[in-house]
Amino acid sequence: MKRSLLNGRITPYLLLFPQLVITLIFFFYPAYEALFQSFMMSDPFGQKVNFVWFDNFKYLFASPEYIESAKITTIFSILTAITSVGLGLLFAALVDHIKSLKTTIQTLFIWPYAVAPAISGILWLFLFHPSFGAIGHSLNQLLADGWNPILDGADAMTLVIVAASWKQVSYNFVFFLSGLQSIPNNVIEAAAIDGAGPIRRFWKITIPLLSPTMFFLIVMNLVYAFFDTFGIIHTTTQGGPGGSTNILVYKVYTDGFVGLDLGGSAAQSVVLMTVAILLTYLQFRYVETKVQYA
Amino acid sequence: MIEHNPWLDRFCWLLLTLSIVLMCFPIYYCFVAATLSLSDVTHTPMTLIPGMDLLKNLKDAIGKGGLATQMLNSFIMASGITLGKISISMLSAFAISYFEFPFKKTAFWLIFITLMLPIEVRILPTYEIAANILGPFKKVGELFDYTIYWEYSILNSYSGLILPLTASATATFLFRQFFLSMPDELTDAAKMDGATPMQFFRKILLPLSKTNIAALTVIIFIYGWNQYLWPQLITTTDDMKTAVMGINNLIPKEDELPEWNIAMAGSLITMIPPILVVVFMQKWFVKGLVEESK
Repeated sequence: MKRSLLNGRITPYLLLFPQLVITLIFFFYPAYEALFQSFMMSDPFGQKVNFVWFDNFKYLFASPEYIESAKITTIFSILTAITSVGLGLLFAALVDHIKSLKTTIQTLFIWPYAVAPAISGILWLFLFHPSFGAIGHSLNQLLADGWNPILDGADAMTLVIVAASWKQVSYNFVFFLSGLQSIPNNVIEAAAIDGAGPIRRFWKITIPLLSPTMFFLIVMNLVYAFFDTFGIIHTTTQGGPGGSTNILVYKVYTDGFVGLDLGGSAAQSVVLMTVAILLTYLQFRYVETKVQYA
Repeated sequence: MIEHNPWLDRFCWLLLTLSIVLMCFPIYYCFVAATLSLSDVTHTPMTLIPGMDLLKNLKDAIGKGGLATQMLNSFIMASGITLGKISISMLSAFAISYFEFPFKKTAFWLIFITLMLPIEVRILPTYEIAANILGPFKKVGELFDYTIYWEYSILNSYSGLILPLTASATATFLFRQFFLSMPDELTDAAKMDGATPMQFFRKILLPLSKTNIAALTVIIFIYGWNQYLWPQLITTTDDMKTAVMGINNLIPKEDELPEWNIAMAGSLITMIPPILVVVFMQKWFVKGLVEESK
């Protein structure tokens, strides 16, 4: 809290005006509309709109497609978060260990962050292409049942998880590296003098000290996998084959814009909002639990 | 002292090399594919030595999808979002940290809640707002039996691409955090010299915020450039499409010539601006990324 404040009765409102106008028009009003429409249903001719309580939600949760999509989203998000947080930690630990070429190597790990999810999707779509891609072609020959993300659901899921994780590793790498560099050297030295080897030091000292960062990153990666991967799905699988990569964000888009199911799409939005609120809450728990080194 | 184990070092370097290959291979593969002719790119396994056709493929990619216009659109959108986000959030952070006024808490919470409302959870209603930005006023008018006939659409416009993405809780909190860390003596001195609040903002806070602005610029520019879902929704005409969206049309479909070399050339052009920003402003990028989430 500031003790010395500036004077002005109207100034603060004028300063806040642009932010609040945009927030109200593009955030709150649409959120309110989604909430409102999720309790409404229009008749088949679109003439009348009725208040239907929780019917849209009942249909939603009774729909096997939606439950399937929720399951797929869970699998996709958890696997993406684990892969990218795990690799990010590994890469950061490796870079922290070396003495020379640090900056150059750091850059090589960071630049994939600049690649848009949609473009990451296209790169991996090509790499995993069963006939023209370097990896896809080899997999096609190595695997007993072949490799084809266009026809096989599990293959398609692998493709989108790899594409989503690859670019997110850089994000995690940056945070882990800055976390590792803020661990005071004397803690590590003390453990070394006590006879703990490098692996043991890593598990007993580094990991516990990094755990707040790790918690935060897992939440951020779940947010990313839930909400920011639309571009990957749209450029690679379009939710297919047979809905096997139809994650919730993609489904709300197709149901709303292609299927024009307003009430259903609004109910889906409300469910997603709940997820977003939950994840934001978890993210802010991190701020409270954050430990200060040194 | 920490013991030195040459075998561990060697093992680290080995793992590190593998990791670098893993992270950089997709971009390298994309580059090589972009330099090959159609017959070379479809010849499996594809060579990993760059060919001679880079310029021709780049030209084809630009010609085929109208990529030049799209790059310009992406640039305008990314710059607009950057400029908008930074100015809007600086002003509101200034209001929240330097003034005491009624409804300050409310304003703070209104901004905070936007964190929980990513565009993905309010797709359809936000689109409706973009189709007629006066929609909310119309609704309010109806409450008072007053019909508003004016309509104003921001579909297919730069303001439509930019405005909804300029509100930002994270940037506002970052600046708030920074302003709160400013010594009170600065405020007192400015007040004693008779500076108005806006003079204080321009002459003292703005110059002191330079590093924060630079760091955020890098992060937001990449965020803006890589937007996919929102431009996808609100642009229907070719002259307003952005580069990341446009690449989707270059992906060869089942029944088309497998012109992956052109798709990769297009991806390469689209990736280059954000990659250059990350590589050349790495210091700011890392700072921005880590601080934005505090």
